[in-house]
Amino acid sequence: MSDLLVFLQARSRNGLLPWAAQFAASQCFRKGLAEVEEIALANGLLPARYQRNRAMLSVPEQHRLFARHVAVIGCGGLGGYVLAGLARLGIGRITAIDPDCFEEHNLNRQLLSSIKNLGQPKVAAAVEQLGAINPAVTVIAYQEAFGMGNGERLLRGADVVVDCLDSVTVRLELAEVCTLLGIPLVHGAIGGWYGHVSTVLPGALSFDRLYGNNDNGKGVEVTMGNPSFTPAVVAALEVAEVCKLLLDKGSILDDRALSIDLLDMEFTEITL
Amino acid sequence: MKILVKLFANFRQGRFKVQEFELSVTTTCAEVAAMLKIAEAELGVVLVNGRHAQLAQPLREGDTISLFPLVGGG
Repeated sequence: MSDLLVFLQARSRNGLLPWAAQFAASQCFRKGLAEVEEIALANGLLPARYQRNRAMLSVPEQHRLFARHVAVIGCGGLGGYVLAGLARLGIGRITAIDPDCFEEHNLNRQLLSSIKNLGQPKVAAAVEQLGAINPAVTVIAYQEAFGMGNGERLLRGADVVVDCLDSVTVRLELAEVCTLLGIPLVHGAIGGWYGHVSTVLPGALSFDRLYGNNDNGKGVEVTMGNPSFTPAVVAALEVAEVCKLLLDKGSILDDRALSIDLLDMEFTEITL
Repeated sequence: MKILVKLFANFRQGRFKVQEFELSVTTTCAEVAAMLKIAEAELGVVLVNGRHAQLAQPLREGDTISLFPLVGGG
């Protein structure tokens, strides 16, 4: 047994590894926090930050999440909440992709935006804030606009892709690249009081059915804008889908979509 | 023929949630949207009796058509 593991076990209580011990191990043994977390999880020790997950996720499941790589396309309204949710869930590698910088009109809803980072790249905020939330997570940032030209390079190696884009046209390209690479895509879209979520497994036709009648660049969001709460709701549903996809648990929204109406508070399942 | 129309999200604004219409035989999904002054560019999912439908699909007596708007924000 390695000295590092002995160190971690000696400082764990009831299977839980306190953050202070994880940090101390990283310092004493000159290992990254991610490497310490990997060794802990592989040996049945749960970093104490995840203790409220323990009744619904086993330590091997938490380990599996830590070993996975999720790419998030768009770091705005949906993307900010999705990125924070994935980091808190304990996804080990997160890729954040967005070409834009924060502007004042983002402040009403975009979780990663603040007065102090106006004018700064959204992906830089993702690196900084995810690092503050969960330093064991590796964040890979690309300040680029997703497209057919760079899509394969940006997404290769991801286990799941999360769609947090703001354009129907680019979404269709994203779905095409995911199909090409054989990666499941968790799709979310919002506009005003409304949104929908669906999970597209490689080769499924659900995306064509969601947008097949119309591939205009924009939808209801153009006239209605977006408030603070709609992205939070839809992003949380997207993170739940990612969790289940990675752990092969429960029922995912493949071949169906969930349509969300927060004005009339109705959730409608659509068979695709 | 009798057709039940269900509208979702912002399509309800100034219209209705559910309403029955008496329409001529061979009316299509696109014609129902046009009758309700919903532009094709606004349309997302169209269902007939809960199943995905094309805009050109003709309706039949007793059908239920559901119209959802295109949603594309993030």
